[in-house]
Amino acid sequence: MSLRTTSPLRRSVAGAGALLAAAALLVGCTSNDPEDSGDDGGSNSAENAGSSNDDTGDTVTIGFSGPEADHGWLAAINSAAEEEAAKYDDIDFKQAEGTNDASLQISQIETFINDKVDAIVLLPTDGAALTDVARKAMDAGIPVINVDREFSSPFAARSTILGDNYGMGVSAGTYACELIAENDIADPVIAEIAGIDALPLTQDRSQGFADALKSCDQEVDNRVAAEFTVESGEAQASNLLQAAPKIDIIWNHDDDQGVGVKAAFDNANRDEFAFIGGAGSCNAMQWIKDGEMEATVLYPPTQAADGIRLARLIAQDKGMSDLVQVEVPKRIVLNAPVVTEDNLEEYEPLCFES
Amino acid sequence: MSERTPAQAAAPPQDERGRVERAAVSAGERSAESPLIRFLSNPAGRNLGLVIALAILVVIGIATAGDRFASVDNMLTILRLASIIGVVSIGMTFVITGGGIDLSVGAIAALASVWSTTLATQTMAEDTHWGLMVLTALAVGAGCGLVNGVLIAYGRIAPFIATLAMLAAARGLAEIIAEKKTQIVTVDEFVDVFGGDVLGVPVLVIIFALAAAGGWVLLNRTTFGRRTLAVGGNPEAARLAGIDVRRHTALLYILLGLACGVAAVMIVARTTTGSSTHGNLWELDAIAAVVIGGTLLSGGRGTIVGSVLGVLIFTTLTNVFTLNNLDTSTQAVAKGVIIIAAVLLQQRVSARQGAP
Repeated sequence: MSLRTTSPLRRSVAGAGALLAAAALLVGCTSNDPEDSGDDGGSNSAENAGSSNDDTGDTVTIGFSGPEADHGWLAAINSAAEEEAAKYDDIDFKQAEGTNDASLQISQIETFINDKVDAIVLLPTDGAALTDVARKAMDAGIPVINVDREFSSPFAARSTILGDNYGMGVSAGTYACELIAENDIADPVIAEIAGIDALPLTQDRSQGFADALKSCDQEVDNRVAAEFTVESGEAQASNLLQAAPKIDIIWNHDDDQGVGVKAAFDNANRDEFAFIGGAGSCNAMQWIKDGEMEATVLYPPTQAADGIRLARLIAQDKGMSDLVQVEVPKRIVLNAPVVTEDNLEEYEPLCFES
Repeated sequence: MSERTPAQAAAPPQDERGRVERAAVSAGERSAESPLIRFLSNPAGRNLGLVIALAILVVIGIATAGDRFASVDNMLTILRLASIIGVVSIGMTFVITGGGIDLSVGAIAALASVWSTTLATQTMAEDTHWGLMVLTALAVGAGCGLVNGVLIAYGRIAPFIATLAMLAAARGLAEIIAEKKTQIVTVDEFVDVFGGDVLGVPVLVIIFALAAAGGWVLLNRTTFGRRTLAVGGNPEAARLAGIDVRRHTALLYILLGLACGVAAVMIVARTTTGSSTHGNLWELDAIAAVVIGGTLLSGGRGTIVGSVLGVLIFTTLTNVFTLNNLDTSTQAVAKGVIIIAAVLLQQRVSARQGAP
């Protein structure tokens, strides 16, 4: 008297079927490549003065290491760097996959040193933490290009390229002052949603913002700090809205976390303020077009791609063709323009996907 | 009858002892299992399994990356990466063997790293000796361990809950003290001492080796180690045997806290910074290494050698992936698979062993 209603044959067929279904699910539902998406954020359609620098020279091995791409800007950094390296057939590109673990990123750089690469392009998860190993690379004769998050020692990099964080804050603050004057806002409530506070660049941006506001006799009334991710943006923005029942101007440092920030605004049904963003994502451009956002201040994710170009020039003993000086500059600070609906067309092609 | 001494009264009669011995012999004969399983359940055999796994990884490394993998420099890179989590894993081995668990190791290390690199501490260290920073880290680590130990042993709070609370509190305190900024080490001697090598071997690796040796001796050759195994295996029996279980449990957590303090010193040296973001997810890495090393999560059996091999397996895996420019995400999936495979194998082995 068997209670089993399924024969072994039936069970194995069911098992095989389940396995096939799982495999189909895996193959069919995990593909993430969109249909030919055209230009992918990072590629700059406005090529600058081509010079003999772009001619094929000696093959150079470039090691690139960045943090874990947990938001669109960093993902754009990585993909722009990869694409730039692919444009040159004299670059042998080695990319260490991103990590937020300082110890692991240090061991990635150590591996590059062991491999005796010709140059290292490094966007450290924390500038101070990676300074020591960058110094070791420099001492070993490998030039290091420091991107975005600055090292704590000038000896740790041959060349540093970054956006103008202080200038970003100043641009945002100056624009805020203009808005206050234009709309004649009496006693404005100004709020700030910053990024990762532990990073010096966030402190620089806040300082720039505060200094620019001081020049029109204003100051930041409410400030919260998120972590450049959508989730943290939403959480901190909700806190902010709770803390201040009426706000006139909000500057959000980063458009990636801005997706969460905007979601918080929509959920709370609040839009009485002027919303200024930062970094220049495609979402932000769309919001400006739709009138849901006032402006955004650019912070180009192409700086790693520029870092690759610089690394190639340095490794091949070349200088920058548009400059008189023979060598590559020690420090390049990129511009931080404000994008509004007036100049949107100019900057839209440079946006990055969140 | 009433004149029998306690010793005579306690010892079982001769024939009783003989019966027990004969039963034991025949039980041994009955468990003539497959030689492979028997070998694997023997401590040396368990470790051999891990060594084989490590050897396979090394072969894969050489096959895919050749000289880049097999060089001395790369070996040192692997060892340097393994040292910090290795020290934590050794401490974790003791706690898990004693029947507990600690989820707060990363947060404790972060707090210790922050406390030892504040402006105040560094200024004092400049004036006196860099050892002050080390002492601060160890003290903070041991202090947090003490809090954990007291809550768990005397407060009777479940280890999972108590250390979960410590995880949040320690991380928060670290952020408050550091004001969420990265604190750079300005005391040069500190960086020089810990960043250098002795006879070509990095100081960090030497610390790891010393911790491993010390841990092995402590677990296998001292009363402390015996008591740990007893407390983890059967706390009630241990208590009846005269061991102060509560005090011993608290001591285990203090030991782990100390290990976190050492690891904090190491991470500060490696990154020349103290930060509330250090130690992220260390607890998972440490527990994974200890578990695949052969220490039972339920307590009662522990192996330092196994934990060391576990740490080396994961670090070598990371290194092979880095050398081959592979995804850290794929690697994380691989890590999960390895943990499951190791635990399943252990379960089969201990099931056969423990069957009456």
